[in-house]
Amino acid sequence: MRYPREGYSDISIVICGEAGQGIQTVEEILVKASKRSGFHVFSVKEYMSRIRGGSNSTSIRIGVDPIRAPVRRMDIAVPLSKGALDHIKWRSDENSTILLDSNLADEPESYDHGPVVKVDIKNQTKEVGGPIYENTVSAGLICSLLDFDKAVIGDILKERFKDRQEDVYEKNLKALDSGFEIGRSIIEKGEFNVDLKASDETEDRILMKGIQSIALGAVSGGCDFISSYPMSPSTGVLVGLASRQKKYGIVAEQAEDEISAINMTLGAWYAGGRGMVTTSGGGYSLMAEGLSLAGMLEMPVVIHLAQRPGPATGLPTRTEQGDLFLALFSGHGEFPRVIFAPGTPEDGFNLTARAFDLADRFQIPVIIMTDQFMVDSYTDLDGGDLELKFPLRHIVRTDADYLRYRYSMNGISERGIPGYGEGIVNVDSDEHDEEGHITESMITRDLMMEKRMAKMEALREEALKPHMIGDGKGDIVICWGSTLETVKEAVDSIQENISILHISQLYPLSKKVNEVLSKCRRKICLENNYTGQLARLLRMETGLSVDHTILKYSGLPFTVEEVAESLGKYLATNGGEN
Amino acid sequence: MPDDTPYEMGDIDIAWCPGCGNFGILNALKQALEEMEMKPQDVVLVSGIGQAAKIPHYLRCNIFNGLHGRALPPATAIKAVNPELTVIAESGDGDMFGEGGNHFIHTIRRNPDITNIVHDNMIYGLTKGQASPTSREGMVTPVQTSGVILRPFNPISTANALGAGFVARTFSKDMELTKKLMVEAIRFKGYALLDIFQPCVSFNKLNTYQWFEEHIAPIDSDHDPTDREGAFHLSLEEDPLPVGVFYKKEESKAYHELLDAFSENKEPLWKRNLDRREKLDQEIRELR
Repeated sequence: MRYPREGYSDISIVICGEAGQGIQTVEEILVKASKRSGFHVFSVKEYMSRIRGGSNSTSIRIGVDPIRAPVRRMDIAVPLSKGALDHIKWRSDENSTILLDSNLADEPESYDHGPVVKVDIKNQTKEVGGPIYENTVSAGLICSLLDFDKAVIGDILKERFKDRQEDVYEKNLKALDSGFEIGRSIIEKGEFNVDLKASDETEDRILMKGIQSIALGAVSGGCDFISSYPMSPSTGVLVGLASRQKKYGIVAEQAEDEISAINMTLGAWYAGGRGMVTTSGGGYSLMAEGLSLAGMLEMPVVIHLAQRPGPATGLPTRTEQGDLFLALFSGHGEFPRVIFAPGTPEDGFNLTARAFDLADRFQIPVIIMTDQFMVDSYTDLDGGDLELKFPLRHIVRTDADYLRYRYSMNGISERGIPGYGEGIVNVDSDEHDEEGHITESMITRDLMMEKRMAKMEALREEALKPHMIGDGKGDIVICWGSTLETVKEAVDSIQENISILHISQLYPLSKKVNEVLSKCRRKICLENNYTGQLARLLRMETGLSVDHTILKYSGLPFTVEEVAESLGKYLATNGGEN
Repeated sequence: MPDDTPYEMGDIDIAWCPGCGNFGILNALKQALEEMEMKPQDVVLVSGIGQAAKIPHYLRCNIFNGLHGRALPPATAIKAVNPELTVIAESGDGDMFGEGGNHFIHTIRRNPDITNIVHDNMIYGLTKGQASPTSREGMVTPVQTSGVILRPFNPISTANALGAGFVARTFSKDMELTKKLMVEAIRFKGYALLDIFQPCVSFNKLNTYQWFEEHIAPIDSDHDPTDREGAFHLSLEEDPLPVGVFYKKEESKAYHELLDAFSENKEPLWKRNLDRREKLDQEIRELR
């Protein structure tokens, strides 16, 4: 078998095993090894909601051009446990090579796709020190098939295991040797041929997961407080900031529930901190009253909402874009808010930092929407695309006659904090007067509503323009958040003049969205949900309807092939004017 | 009534019923703060929703009047972000023990250096007379039509069981005791609970001024307030209900003193520079 396949410039590798088998270690090693060996790389995992057992897989694409999206195509598969091949065989075709452990020879009951190459991973680990080394043997095997330099992987193992007991690193090196040995014997038999041209262009690039982009973006945006309750797939931001408490002076608290988390965070902003919460749908629902409180107090707050399929507990470890309306309409009453949905890790970093600035300047909640697919995606990028800024605290020293909610033309009153100046800082969840005291005056109510809502005008002016690819004259695919790169690769793969409109600020929408959609031909909206929430939002905000929606709600992200097929089908059956 | 403290609001419309126990608590608080010579600018009064929770609007200091049941989380965060502030979380029994029960439990575990004052009138006043977590069994209300069948929540025992460093109870009519215990609670380093019995003159026809006078008694002077088990036993006494300091023992460190963000730098967060470009740039480079 020759890889890459004819017409492709990357190899797609799938490792599948039980939770607890160390699949993530293989991912980590392979991703780093690929980049350091001169290749672009993209990986993402799909996993079950359990600590041990089940079948989890990680898909890794390694290539000579930048890669950012998942594919269905499977070139090399390494099933490491009983049931693993069954779990992934839907992705195989006659060109998929299965590296099947001899101990799993009976697996699966029927498999008649591509070649199966027997390998001896499990037996090898017995000599090294047991099944826990299966992951390193597998990583070694794959790296050897890809003709990577063993020393490069040795360095990665050293970085990873240097702080463990001494023999852990040594044993992993041995496991690596075993893996390379197995790979070499396969190549010697002539069953396998890989031809990828390494370059030096990835040398200075960095590797980042979606979840890291949010945590580091928060650091960059001047976050110094986070309170949250653990919930997949959002927890990585809490973990990321907790591990940097001393380094950057951050207070990280694991709250008793999400209600406490958001109320704490509002308290933190009140006292001069810059806080955020990270959560997923269920936790976000609990925060809804707190969100409304932020609206009334005119308190900044940054919310990271990492989506997973609902309703209720849904599929806790899977992906979906089903919470756009939740983010948009949550919280009782009317108040301004901003919603971002980054499409890349660069966007994740930059928009999270921007969220802090915007929340602070406008004294509003800013919601950053990601999803399991986005936060678990791991890829190489140019660190120079991450904008490092010096965030300022938008607070003032108060005078004795300070009024927290002083009327202003643009709706923004200077924000004082307690203990800084001679003024008193009152914030109140009741309707309040300029001083911040409870009132039931209807005149004041009108003025205060108008003051708060007046911010929408400037927010619309500052709204991020959508990301436009193509001339926009023909058909256009509209997408938001994590689906950008998949759509890009799919559109590239079909020979049609199709443009892409990716919206990373969903609310308020830039005027540019309306402009683009008024000029294009057919509008196709692609979303990882059932009801087409963006399409509905567009109709609500622009009065324009889309012509077609491509929707997926199985819990898995779109693959490039899937998008290309759906688009192709629509374009073919509706080839002429509709 | 004292009207010369720096906390006076002047001529304001107070939404409490004539004769409400809240007036006594408000006056005691103003006197306590004055006695401690606290600058209004350095005090933050955090409250939830209800009649008791309106207290921040009736004295001059910084206020965070948040959501029903949610006074403790922002109070904890305010102190954690700026330990130079004096933070008091004050609301009613329904707010603190009902809607906010989970926060009550976990705030005690966190031990922030805040004072938690609870106006405990054993009834829901603002919603017109339903049972509260501390209502006595048998009390008939428009909702508990055959009388309350739930056992009353015992905040003193609960706080004690969870390891609260300062646990005390007073009666709003006893201004001197109330003021004295407020001062002690505010001065205490760590979480301090002051439960204040207070009659609701409009809706609680059972626990009236007279009822409280007949059913409370000062804690014996031979009670050792550093004896946690003794305090627990005392907290179980129901008739008479003891008032005074049940327990008082300072932990070596309060919540904010244990946070990494303050291990080297003691400054409030708002005073700190946010230019992290150099460190962050270094960190990003290491992701190669």
